[in-house]
Amino acid sequence: MTDLDTLEGDLLGQVGSASDEASLDAVRVAALGKKGSISELLKTLGGMTPEERKERGPLINGLRDRVQGAIATRREALAEAALEARLSAERIDITLPVRDAPESRGRIHPISQVMDEITAIFADMGFSVAEGPDIETDDYNFTALNFPPGHPAREMHDTFFLAPDHNGQRKVLRTHTSPVQIRTMRSQEPPIRVICPGRTYRHDSDQTHTPMFHQVEGLVIDKTATIANLKWVLEEFCRTFFEVDAVKMRFRPSFFPFTEPSAEVDIQCSRKGGEIRFGEGTDWLEILGCGMVHPNVLRNCGYDPDFVQGFAFGMGIDRIAMLKYGTPDLRPFFEADVRWLEHYGFRPLDIPSLVAGLTS
Amino acid sequence: MKFTLSWLKEHLDTEAPLDTVSETLTRIGLEVEGIEDKAAALAPYVVAHVLTAEQHPNADRLRVCTVDAGDGQPLQVVCGAPNARAGMKSVFAPPGTYVPGKNITLSVGSIRGVESRGMLCSGAELGLGDDHDGILDLPADAPTGQPYALYAKLDDPVIEINLTPNRPDCTSIHGIARDLAAAGVGTLKREAMPPVRGEGDGPLPVALEFEPADKGLCPYFALRLVRGVKNGPSPEWMQARLRAIGLRPINALVDITNYLTFDRGRPLHVFDAAKVKGALTVRRARDGESLKALDGKTYALDDGIVVIADENGPESIGGIIGGEASGCDAETVDVLIESALWDPVNIAQSGRRLGIITDARYRFERGVDPVFALPGLDLATRLVLDICGGTPSPASITGDLPETERVIDFPWTETRRLAGIELSRAEMKVTLETLGFHVAGAGDRVKVLTPSWRPDVEGKADLVEEIIRIAGLDRIEPKPLSRNDESIGKAVLTPLQKRTRVAKRALATRGLVEAVTWSFIPHDDAVLFGGGKPDLALANPIAADLSDMRPSLVPGLLRAAQRNADRGYGDVALFEVGQCFETDQPEGQSIRATAIRRGTARHEGAGRHWEGAAAPVDAFEAKADALALLTALGVPTGGLQIVAGGPGWLHPGRSGTMQFGPKNQIGYFGEIHPRVMKALDLKGTLVAFEITLDAVPLPKHRPTKVKPALALSDFQPISRDFAFVVGRDVAAGDVVKAAQAAERKLIAGIDVFDIYEGAGIPEGAKSVAIAVRLQPVERTLTDAEIEAVTGKIVAEVARKTGATLRG
Repeated sequence: MTDLDTLEGDLLGQVGSASDEASLDAVRVAALGKKGSISELLKTLGGMTPEERKERGPLINGLRDRVQGAIATRREALAEAALEARLSAERIDITLPVRDAPESRGRIHPISQVMDEITAIFADMGFSVAEGPDIETDDYNFTALNFPPGHPAREMHDTFFLAPDHNGQRKVLRTHTSPVQIRTMRSQEPPIRVICPGRTYRHDSDQTHTPMFHQVEGLVIDKTATIANLKWVLEEFCRTFFEVDAVKMRFRPSFFPFTEPSAEVDIQCSRKGGEIRFGEGTDWLEILGCGMVHPNVLRNCGYDPDFVQGFAFGMGIDRIAMLKYGTPDLRPFFEADVRWLEHYGFRPLDIPSLVAGLTS
Repeated sequence: MKFTLSWLKEHLDTEAPLDTVSETLTRIGLEVEGIEDKAAALAPYVVAHVLTAEQHPNADRLRVCTVDAGDGQPLQVVCGAPNARAGMKSVFAPPGTYVPGKNITLSVGSIRGVESRGMLCSGAELGLGDDHDGILDLPADAPTGQPYALYAKLDDPVIEINLTPNRPDCTSIHGIARDLAAAGVGTLKREAMPPVRGEGDGPLPVALEFEPADKGLCPYFALRLVRGVKNGPSPEWMQARLRAIGLRPINALVDITNYLTFDRGRPLHVFDAAKVKGALTVRRARDGESLKALDGKTYALDDGIVVIADENGPESIGGIIGGEASGCDAETVDVLIESALWDPVNIAQSGRRLGIITDARYRFERGVDPVFALPGLDLATRLVLDICGGTPSPASITGDLPETERVIDFPWTETRRLAGIELSRAEMKVTLETLGFHVAGAGDRVKVLTPSWRPDVEGKADLVEEIIRIAGLDRIEPKPLSRNDESIGKAVLTPLQKRTRVAKRALATRGLVEAVTWSFIPHDDAVLFGGGKPDLALANPIAADLSDMRPSLVPGLLRAAQRNADRGYGDVALFEVGQCFETDQPEGQSIRATAIRRGTARHEGAGRHWEGAAAPVDAFEAKADALALLTALGVPTGGLQIVAGGPGWLHPGRSGTMQFGPKNQIGYFGEIHPRVMKALDLKGTLVAFEITLDAVPLPKHRPTKVKPALALSDFQPISRDFAFVVGRDVAAGDVVKAAQAAERKLIAGIDVFDIYEGAGIPEGAKSVAIAVRLQPVERTLTDAEIEAVTGKIVAEVARKTGATLRG
């Protein structure tokens, strides 16, 4: 065994037994520092003959490289052990609860959600959104819509009145969104394609009626719109809104003063175990009223019914919201009970669109 | 409108089963609301012969019977009825039968140890009246085994339709039959109705005492006297029909008028001639007059109401209800039969005001066929003669029949133009003619004459409706609406609509829950929030606390928060985006976005938590909500001013007004005023903000959507802290503003990081600490340059706010 072998064995032994960064460094200095044992050996190379150097050089350099390598390896092992020790000391109780995010607490009311759904569907068919005031004149709410004064159909509306003004005229809370038809036709030229969602009011209150509710009106006016188009629009709407492949609809002739011909529309559904499903079953559920805009209404808006024609439809937003989402009663819609809102409301970023689907 | 199938078949020759009739009615617009088919409901119940009835061995009040239900097999039945006896005929239900009167389904059972295989039934148990005395006791000749419904003539289904107000013709069974015939369900029966030939003198002529303008109130009045009648119960067939549709038989004369009201849609009235004094007069009632009507109630009358009067005063409210004094009873010998026409609007108004709902009013307010007035009188007379005998007088007629005929110029293409369906002319013509229209001409355009019973048909569109409702709307094939090319790519929503939608989503992401509250609120609440003006008060509120149109969304939300708190949910955060009303004009209506927070319902979370409990909400929570909303709406808030104070419902020292200049206030935020809290009986801590979305300025329209170029600096930003001592009333916002103004080019941002009052700060003063971020643009700043900037900041803040640097 040469002296180099002895030194190497000695140094590697010290490296291996260094228990921390400091003692390892002491070994490094003792071997490779300025006055280190290996450094001293390296210094001797300068005084050697070329032959000697040729023989001793690789031996000493080899020794240096191996000791350096051993130190690096040991250092890594010590660092790893130190990290392990730190990590095993750093512990939190990850079962502790975090606060609910605001995004998970907030809710969108079903009426707003359904209005957004309706808008998304009709926007795709080229409809825009029109609006009108809640406080209406008798003319917009009734007369212009072909409800003659004294007509029994006015009575079906259970109107809220405001106090008469100095002319004895009393304004009404609109009983339907149909006055927006008149406002739209009197302010625009055909072609017209609008939906008019909004609040409506009737003097009626029981399990299925509230004095305030929401409707959406649709109006198409041009030179060619027919009942055939009306049927298509409503079928497209119902299929998309209820998110079924096909929905069977029944158009029943009916009566509204502002449409002629008029119809009510039922959709087929099943009611197994209290759960309504559309696109199947044998029950019929009434969901909307519609018809061709009455010639008198067109005339009241300055159109000639022989050249301009169109259709209108209207439905209860609250009602179709109840049907789609299985909300049993209407009254809680307006009671602002946070338990109800949290259950039936929608998450803030559940934004209905046809791109992503109405509901996720 | 109710009728029975057999009654319908009096007018319609058809073999169609009930289902077909029902489906057709709904298909042509006479929506079937319900069908009561007793034959189906009572199918298991049969006439049974009680063979034996013996005392139950274990119960005093029970009997053990053997029953023959028609198949000759005696069945053992335990019966508790006192009248059960051997040899009687009664009604039997086998096990498995549903018993409507008891709401149970029978099963084979053991009653006190004796097996019972079915039940002998009372009328009440069958759902027929409330006779609880015992089981039905039928005559001995009742055929054993026959379905009871058939035996008792209960097998006539009752159909109820939901009649739309435009169809007076279908307030008559004859009219319904006509519609069904047009739809291909049978043939309308038309019997010849020869006029009645009267004898002797007619009744005294009726005077129609009206001003010329009022003539329409009663344009026509026909009256006939039938002498020597015998008024008893009406025949069983008539009583059965009236009962089936829910009418109570009275006596033959009255039943005949009720019968024709439904049969022909022709309301009539009968007076006992002996109780009428002098001639009849039709006139407006006089104030102070009253009438005790046939419903037993007395009605106060006025000149809005039209009456038929004699020398004693009003005897009948025209077209609505008769009077008790002149009514017909068993003693009636001479009867006056009235068939008149009344003004629909006046009938509707009078009926509504008096609160009287009668079958006559129902028809007259929709419009009764004028032409049938006299034939209706003749038909009634013939029924009186048939049932009660007597001798008819000639009719006495006053007034004229109004013109009812309309001629509509009708191009056959109208059906395709409006309905989008191609129907043959032949089909359309047959439909119109079967419905009673007369079609004249043969070309592309025809003249269509409307029948007198269809006042609702005014023009071409009405004829199209008649044609397609009979053809069936299901025959119209849906046709896509062509794409409206100009609309592609255009916004569907107005900017305000878009903001309304974004506002809801933005507020919800802040943990607020959307409420929809009533548009009308209590008057006192409205006053507290700047409303309650008379022009926004409802004349007929549905409840006293839903009386005034809301001037703000805040009171409704505050009340909602308190209701939730009362239920144990005190930390609530609610918002609403909706309409508010300043005037009754369309411009007076605005859309507001409003949020309230109660208790500790802060943005970061409510209530206690291991990391630290949430503090009660404060004005800054509301301010943060408001500013977050403005940011979400894309409103540049650089020019937004926050001014201390707000409207009267906010705490004056803990509220702010948001404005773009003093004339453009867009909303408020802050803590609710203690006085408002007290007035609304609210507890806890409540903060709110309200922004009027209509008032928020819209971004200027720019011809390009290109964003301004981004200039990024290559140099490190540096930060310098300053602690200023200022008077306690100096707003931190003013300190920040002054610092910012000192060096607009270099200062990239200022944060207020500490507010301190107390030891080391003079009385009445506070320390405001700000961190100013400097962003070099062209090169790194030298120490001298930084010194110069900080000097300018200190000087500018001192000049504008009186601040000194804290030592």
